Amino acid sequence: MLLSLLEKTGQYTLLMKKVFTKPQKMSVFLRQYISEINKLGVDSIWIVIIISFFIGAVIVVQIKLNIDSPIMPRFTVGYTSREIIILEFSSTIMCLILAGKVGSNIASEIGTMRVTEQIDALEIMGVNSANYLILPKIASLMTFIPVLVTFSMFCGIIGGYAVCLLGNIMPVADFEYGLQSFFKQFYVWYAILKSVFFAYIISTVASYYGYFARGGSLDVGKASTNSVVMSSVLILVADLLLTQLMMG
Amino acid sequence: MIEIVNLKKSFDGREVLKGIDIVFEEGKTNLIIGRSGSGKTVLLKNLIGLMRPTEGQILYDGRDLTKMSGKDLKELRKEMGMLFQGSALFDAMTVFENVYFPLEMFSPLSKKEKVKRAQFCLDRVNLSESGHLYPSEISGGMMKRAAIARAISLNPKYLYCDEPNSGLDPQTSLVIDDLIHDITKEYSMTTIINTHDMNSVMNIGERIFFIKEGNLEWSGTNKEIMSSTNEALNDFVFASDLFKKVKEAEMAEESSNTKS
Repeated sequence: MLLSLLEKTGQYTLLMKKVFTKPQKMSVFLRQYISEINKLGVDSIWIVIIISFFIGAVIVVQIKLNIDSPIMPRFTVGYTSREIIILEFSSTIMCLILAGKVGSNIASEIGTMRVTEQIDALEIMGVNSANYLILPKIASLMTFIPVLVTFSMFCGIIGGYAVCLLGNIMPVADFEYGLQSFFKQFYVWYAILKSVFFAYIISTVASYYGYFARGGSLDVGKASTNSVVMSSVLILVADLLLTQLMMG
Repeated sequence: MIEIVNLKKSFDGREVLKGIDIVFEEGKTNLIIGRSGSGKTVLLKNLIGLMRPTEGQILYDGRDLTKMSGKDLKELRKEMGMLFQGSALFDAMTVFENVYFPLEMFSPLSKKEKVKRAQFCLDRVNLSESGHLYPSEISGGMMKRAAIARAISLNPKYLYCDEPNSGLDPQTSLVIDDLIHDITKEYSMTTIINTHDMNSVMNIGERIFFIKEGNLEWSGTNKEIMSSTNEALNDFVFASDLFKKVKEAEMAEESSNTKS
């Protein structure tokens, strides 16, 4: 197992060496980059909005139900919800969800190209297939996932606000007061910075599993599943390390 | 000219190519034939540099592919065109974009000239009306023709075809064979085809190389196949009744000619 881990790490490192080279044709790279932003990022906006809105609302309801006590200040619900949404939900949990949606998409796309010899066709033409296929995906995700995370923060808080307003579970003024209490701008930057790291993990791990897929459609499916599992584990480990580094 | 010298390739200690020596002549249609698992595809993959041999040399006009750096190999590959078994057209691109792609990446021509060249290649394979379609929207034969157009877009010196007729009906197979043969002559390319298809061997094979269990068992022209006494080759070529009858008829004709 250790040997296999070392082998995979070596293979991943060599792949990244091939990926991080100057694109052979900048105009083609930019076109791919825009297309990947559209395909991987813009197409994920709706799922991010929906999930964030409802989870934001649920967080507020749960906190209200569980910590409601005469000795707790009324702004606690708003304050705690904001911290949860900004610090962990929008950055980490949303990236775990995106690892499933975007990561599996990347792994299956590249994996299918591998098993149908499209990657070999690129190589025969003299194209650096790793750079051509993977670099635009990494660049687009590292640019756009922070945007999605910012959307998620906003929608999560709107969800919480909406449940207070429409569900009548607590006065909106108290929730608003909590949202504004002890606000640290650094937390937003911390969450955005974390998401950049997670975007790198999602794009490179999924690309790695896709690029080295062998066999047929079953193997592509397996590569896609493995990529989601591995990126989720790595995101959680990176979350712990980054939290210790930046907040500790 | 492509020269293979003592080419060996092993996988986990299992020798698939056992020291092959072949010379592929320039401007000719060379066919590699052999049973499934004989090492044909491995040989082709070594020839185009997708696999590195365990031992031996692959000389392209004296340049040894096995000793080339990644950069030199990339340069050499610009002289190659390849038709894959499954066509390997890029799913995300239209047929026209597939043909235009190598030109966009590597051609020094102006954009207008590149478009003209891509259109010319599509015309050459009779696909000028299908440029706007995606690979999933065209038939297997059209996919092969689009892949040929893509392979010749940069005017390569060498054309490789891996099982160009697999999955095609006999009539479409003939069209593809003729197209490959005509293009080879038109552009004076050195074409190397991996095939099982005996119709292709008889139609377009100028030089035939028969591979058996990783060794070059026999080589010659398509005319020489008929009179060959190599048992393994005869077992392979005349496995079908049709070709057996063709051979018997040819031999009968030959003997009657000799008598008269």
